Amino acid sequence: MDIIKVENLCYDYVTLDENDNVTEKTEALKNVSFTVPDGQFLAILGHNGCGKSTLAKHFNAILTASSGKVYVDGMDASDEEKIYDIRKTVGMVFQNPDNQLVATIVEEDVAFAPENLGIEPTEIRRRVDEALKQVDMYEFREHSPHQLSGGQKQRVAIAGIIAMQPRCIVMDEPTAMLDPKGRREVMKTIKRLNKEQGITVILITHYMDEAAQADRIIVMDKGSVIMDGEPHKIFARGKELRAIGLDVPQVTELCEMLRESGANISEEIIFEEECAKAVSMLPLKSKTASVEPKADISRGEKTEEAARLEHITYKYSVGTPFEKTAVDDVTLSIMRGEFIGIIGHTGSGKSTLIQHLNGLIKPTSGIVLIDGKDIRDKKVNIRDIRFKVGIVFQYSEHQLFEETVAKDIAYGPTNMGLSEEEIQERVKSAAQSMGITHLLDKSPFDLSGGQQRRAALAGVLAMDPEILILDEPAAGLDPKGREKILDLIKEYKRASGKTVLLVSHSMEDIVKYAEKVLVMNKGKVFCFDYTDKVFEKTDELAKIGLDVPQITRFSHKLKALGVDIGNDIYTVERAKERIISLLEVRGKK
Amino acid sequence: MIKDITVGQYFPGNSVIHRMDSRVKLLLDIVYLVMLFVSQSFTGIFIGLFFMALCYIISGIKLIMIIKSVKPILPLMIFTAILNMLFIKGETPLFQWWIISIYPEGLRMSAFMLLRIIALIVGMSLLTYTTSPIMLTDAIERLLSPLKKLHFPVHELSMMMTIALRFIPTLVEETDKIMSAQKARGAELDSGNIAQKAKALIPILIPLFVSAFKRANELATAMECRCYRGGEGRTRMRQLKIAPRDIVASIIMAALLAGVITLNFFPVIP
Repeated sequence: MDIIKVENLCYDYVTLDENDNVTEKTEALKNVSFTVPDGQFLAILGHNGCGKSTLAKHFNAILTASSGKVYVDGMDASDEEKIYDIRKTVGMVFQNPDNQLVATIVEEDVAFAPENLGIEPTEIRRRVDEALKQVDMYEFREHSPHQLSGGQKQRVAIAGIIAMQPRCIVMDEPTAMLDPKGRREVMKTIKRLNKEQGITVILITHYMDEAAQADRIIVMDKGSVIMDGEPHKIFARGKELRAIGLDVPQVTELCEMLRESGANISEEIIFEEECAKAVSMLPLKSKTASVEPKADISRGEKTEEAARLEHITYKYSVGTPFEKTAVDDVTLSIMRGEFIGIIGHTGSGKSTLIQHLNGLIKPTSGIVLIDGKDIRDKKVNIRDIRFKVGIVFQYSEHQLFEETVAKDIAYGPTNMGLSEEEIQERVKSAAQSMGITHLLDKSPFDLSGGQQRRAALAGVLAMDPEILILDEPAAGLDPKGREKILDLIKEYKRASGKTVLLVSHSMEDIVKYAEKVLVMNKGKVFCFDYTDKVFEKTDELAKIGLDVPQITRFSHKLKALGVDIGNDIYTVERAKERIISLLEVRGKK
Repeated sequence: MIKDITVGQYFPGNSVIHRMDSRVKLLLDIVYLVMLFVSQSFTGIFIGLFFMALCYIISGIKLIMIIKSVKPILPLMIFTAILNMLFIKGETPLFQWWIISIYPEGLRMSAFMLLRIIALIVGMSLLTYTTSPIMLTDAIERLLSPLKKLHFPVHELSMMMTIALRFIPTLVEETDKIMSAQKARGAELDSGNIAQKAKALIPILIPLFVSAFKRANELATAMECRCYRGGEGRTRMRQLKIAPRDIVASIIMAALLAGVITLNFFPVIP
């Protein structure tokens, strides 16, 4: 039985003028056809703007097809009389957990849908309790949503859908705004609902590792379905995926590289277990790769200090029962010209720490020195410090407010009291480094998400800060957008030689860009050293709950199978080199 | 900062007062306010205050909260007291200077007004301290439901109140974030004259509005996905039931009201 059937679906976004004439027409979906059998776990991949969210909104009659048909459990989705039966059958969960919760108490919120359906109060009670237990949020039933973490809120949103007892749940990037822990919680819940309750799941995502766990993947590009199949088969087509701005899991990439180097390894590998098994079966001449002691490459030791924190401690709500130490006795030096990555999970104190550097947060005790000067000194103007230490916050596009991008970028330099010419100069060069020169005259609210992010970043770059701090600059973007913004930051760093601090949850990103890494754990510095030194201890990092790259998890699995390629595997290239060095016959082909 | 402002704070608990039916609690609170207004004597007000003190003790809310709840309206209270003191005329002035003359009647009246305002605030605070906002909106919706016949949008009103309560903490947090972001770009929010201060708010208000509209849009879609179609045919999970405690409370309140009205005719303290 098919729960969803899509036949030649087309959808156009149209803009009308005041006389209801069509002035603009964008084809969001072009002739899409497929069916989803009952109980399937389907992932939909595609870069931003490929039409996947538009498609999803047809499954529960939020949008109606311009032409073509959508059937939900045999019901025609364009039949207005069936609209609530359809929405009851296909529930939908969105990206931002905050914007889906209606009530001020968790259980009241979960009860919202069954109340709308006019169900008996005792039955609602039963469903609400059951739904909350299924997402593991029962003990939080009397909390208010704002006391919960992102992952918890998202699970409440899922419970709110389950309470309708739907046959299918559509999730539109449910993990995009969550930290790694929240992502894991939500993915676990989704899989359990699918496997144990037999609910059909349609998951729209930008994360390849999430898509890999599905039964089937549909890849969309420019409003059409271009690939449809089992994850192993889809990810084997790495080149085609990259061409449309997508990616493959790291182990798939590794196998691709190994094959190119002549190893005889399957192309259909997406999980670290499979990969470890396949590699251990290769003809190996030895079970242990020699890890050459790293010659201490002269790193051009930087000696000039840009900022120093001395015994910084920060406590919230001092003197109340809610007192909490966010940053605990942190002492560290940041040298001029360094590119430092900062990782740690939510609540580790990393976001609080960076706000000390420009005086937005005043330490409970300790001293902050910028250029050797105590920023709390009476002679120091705090605004000068803010121009010297630029911070780009998470989801920085939320700070845009001007009529045009150019004016918005000029806000910082104007506050600095620069001359008009100087301001124009700064706006131009900042826009150039973020690749948005062609957008300067547009309204910031007309840009795409990725462009807005870059415009906001340019607004801070225009102040020409000595130290640039970025809090999760790539959060919530699609793979292509992530790479673009991170590459632009790297290029800016290279060209300007400024000090850059990059806060991220993603070790993959940090590894690629930073030369030094600061790991925060429970308000303290867990370690602070050169990138390769820090990542030699991948097992320790995994122990404090950080999300280590898939390739690292693969090396641990491989070690368990008796093949040791070293403890310092955190890039695909290094894993490949080590494995090649173990292969019996090199370049067989 | 902004986070310290707490409107109608709720302190979760499990006392008899917490467990009372919110409709009854709301109605009895209104009766209490009426009682204060019909009371002509100090005795009446004292009875009210004494009764409230008992309620606070039963509900387990610390008495210090009374002081906290009165504090914000202190200027208003002082203003009322001074007005009464200056403008109530009597027979023999107690004190005279320039055009100011103060009579004993004036003093009596300002003391009376002060006590009455305190008793009012204390009573209303008890309601919000012991009733969660959702219970309160629920009570309002159900008490007003007869008005539906007159096409008064009762359900819509209570839905709006619920959503507003739900999003206040979210928007406060968002405001804090936007303020930090603009300060990091050199915004000066606390200096300059009023015109400059108002202008400095633009970079904060515009992003806040944009995001609020975006949230509204997304929330509306999410509500539609959960089959929302107004109040028509909607049931509620939480059913309110009148329990013996509600009846006892109503009897006590009625006795108090009767007592206070009687006192108006036979004053103990004039």
